[in-house]
Amino acid sequence: MPTTAPNALSDVTASDGTLRRFLHGLPGVDAVGLEARAASLGTRSIKTTAKAYAIDLAISMVDLTTLEGADTPGKVRALGAKAVRPDPTDRTTPSTAAVCVYPDMVATAKEAVAGSDVKVASVATAFPAGRAPIAVKLADVREAVAAGADEIDMVIDRGAFLAGHYKKVYDEITAVKEACGTNARLKVIFETGELSTYDNIRRASWLGMLAGADFIKTSTGKVAVNATPANTLLMLEAVRDFRAQTGVQVGVKPAGGIRTSKDAIKFLVLVNETVGEDWLDNHWFRFGASSLLNDLLMQRQKLATGRYSGPDYVTVD
Amino acid sequence: MASAFEYAPAPESRSIVDIAPSYGLFINGEFTEAADGKVFKTVSPSTEEVLSEVAEAGEADVDRAVQAARKAFEKWSALPGSERAKYLFRIARIIQERSRELAVLETLDNGKPIRETRDADLPLVAAHFFYYAGWADKLDHAGYGANPRPLGVAGQVIPWNFPLLMLAWKIAPALATGNTVVLKPAETTPLSALFFADICRQAGLPKGVVNILTGDGRAGAALIAHPDVDKVAFTGSTAVGKQIARTVAGTRKKVTLELGGKGANIVFDDAPVDQAVEGIVNGIFFNQGQVCCAGSRLLVQESIHDELLDSLKRRLGTLRLGDPLDKNTDIGAINSAEQLARITALADRGEAEGAERWSPACELPQNGFWFAPTLFTKVTQAHTVARDEIFGPVLSVLTFRTPDEAVAKANNTPYGLSAGIWTEKGSRILAVANKLRAGVIWSNTFNKFDPTSPFGGYKESGFGREGGRHGLEAYLDV
Repeated sequence: MPTTAPNALSDVTASDGTLRRFLHGLPGVDAVGLEARAASLGTRSIKTTAKAYAIDLAISMVDLTTLEGADTPGKVRALGAKAVRPDPTDRTTPSTAAVCVYPDMVATAKEAVAGSDVKVASVATAFPAGRAPIAVKLADVREAVAAGADEIDMVIDRGAFLAGHYKKVYDEITAVKEACGTNARLKVIFETGELSTYDNIRRASWLGMLAGADFIKTSTGKVAVNATPANTLLMLEAVRDFRAQTGVQVGVKPAGGIRTSKDAIKFLVLVNETVGEDWLDNHWFRFGASSLLNDLLMQRQKLATGRYSGPDYVTVD
Repeated sequence: MASAFEYAPAPESRSIVDIAPSYGLFINGEFTEAADGKVFKTVSPSTEEVLSEVAEAGEADVDRAVQAARKAFEKWSALPGSERAKYLFRIARIIQERSRELAVLETLDNGKPIRETRDADLPLVAAHFFYYAGWADKLDHAGYGANPRPLGVAGQVIPWNFPLLMLAWKIAPALATGNTVVLKPAETTPLSALFFADICRQAGLPKGVVNILTGDGRAGAALIAHPDVDKVAFTGSTAVGKQIARTVAGTRKKVTLELGGKGANIVFDDAPVDQAVEGIVNGIFFNQGQVCCAGSRLLVQESIHDELLDSLKRRLGTLRLGDPLDKNTDIGAINSAEQLARITALADRGEAEGAERWSPACELPQNGFWFAPTLFTKVTQAHTVARDEIFGPVLSVLTFRTPDEAVAKANNTPYGLSAGIWTEKGSRILAVANKLRAGVIWSNTFNKFDPTSPFGGYKESGFGREGGRHGLEAYLDV
């Protein structure tokens, strides 16, 4: 996997000017049409066997997240146990993809998921605002990686992006990518709610991918508008087009605001009908969520038993 | 598209709709047999299953229905507009309440997917009645002077592509303005009109205000030729429209015709490509392309032709063709064997004339009338598939180099019903729209309908407008 822009596009990353010409030359996005398409795919009716498949797939794609000031080792251990064995009453339930914590909790999280396939993801780069000197951001990343993080969720400098300093954003991402080393995968968070327009989201997606993102991610979950079907659809179109142009496949992670199985299944339909089964795998698609998992488990129990057991039959962590 | 994520069947239940084994004509508030006792069968195009047997109206029945409408006209037209509005609002609400039933019925009788009847047809039907209900007591302010008068008895003949929606487009403005109607639904899709007759009874609409005559073209011709009909409204083919224009020429009858089309969907190189692809799909594969305003000609700027075609083909690969009652079906059945034969013949001709034919891999069901989504590339203005209305899921792709060439090619058709413009440049939208001779022009969207917006054609696509304030004029003596 290349750590810098694929050769075919290397000339566009030379300066703010070349990046601007390239990013602003991408096809525009018609907001009404994009939202209509996302809504229309939201009407797909996923029943019985398809629903069972989708729920298990969704569970396996969850980055089970706790990003609170009040996080403690106990809380993180509980989360890790939950990620490894989401439903203690049914061992056929898949593990989640990862747990997602702040950098100082990485070591604790690693211990909690030891021996399983569950990855530890850590937000870094002065999450969620990203307003810190680059040296601090890189130190943040290195600490997390050193503590054993398998994945780094960085935030871009939205201020620089909105000011048109694309090269600054690009350079930061490439620096973080380098700090991730060869083992940690990099997720680049755009905070789409702050980029505000769909044109910006498409441009940010390409910028992130050019800079070597392994995943592009909608949001931190800390602002008013987080993942929506429309912005996720748009980012799926971006990774599809990027692969067509460069041969490099990039993952997508909607995060924030996805709370129900019904919502999660709608996102999986978007994946299925936009980029297809190459992305229907937790190596390429994730949900950044916390409360979603319990709803998926309750729906899973209902499908298996025919009865809805209620919130006391899933673990509260 | 084969995928690990296979959608399990998700059929909408048929049990909500109770189709009787036979139906009569709806004349003067009663269902009655045809005078000569003739009947015909209506089948489900997706399975060829016989759904019901309906009465076939003859000349005597047409006469009876027109007389009933004439008799009802006196009182109906004398009602205050606010009273007529109450009936229309009531009808609109009943349609909403019964919308699932009507959606299933329409899907069974027409063959179109439940996704469309549920999300497009039925909401628009109700919206149309609500909209014209609102006009009924405001006709003084419609721009035709104080107290504009209705025409009398309207004879209305509608097509099979949007059976209930075309009924709404015809009946709602007619009743709002104080006319009474005799409506003939298409031979292959009579059922939703008969259910509407039941809704009229449920709403307590006075007898004779709405009469429904099922039958074939002969009943329609007799209705239009009836001397006591004051207004003729027709939606259908250009060939029949011309015949109707000849029939009513020299009579006092006011006429509106909504006929065929060969809509151009123009995609410039600065278009929002992903949404344009959706718009192209929606323009020609909505309702299996059986739409008079379909965007059946794709005019794409040559510089993005290959890229756009790749995206379009990939998208067509995800269309789901099959059981129209399945909630995940995108492409349903063609309405009749006759229509299927016509589409097949025209597509074969396109191939014979050298256009390149392409369809996504898709399995067609054994029974019923089916046609795979099809596109033709390397089409020129000289190809039949670029000139004749196919009225099916067949897209002809042409190219242009400059905006002027796009306009010239778009206008180079005997029709003039619809067009689409795809570009991110607002000034280009306005400049091009001004030069297109089409009744409806969509920009960065396609096949969007709203009761407040007038709809109608230029040239051989007909005359008169339906919908909006303009739609009132067709039913007023102004």
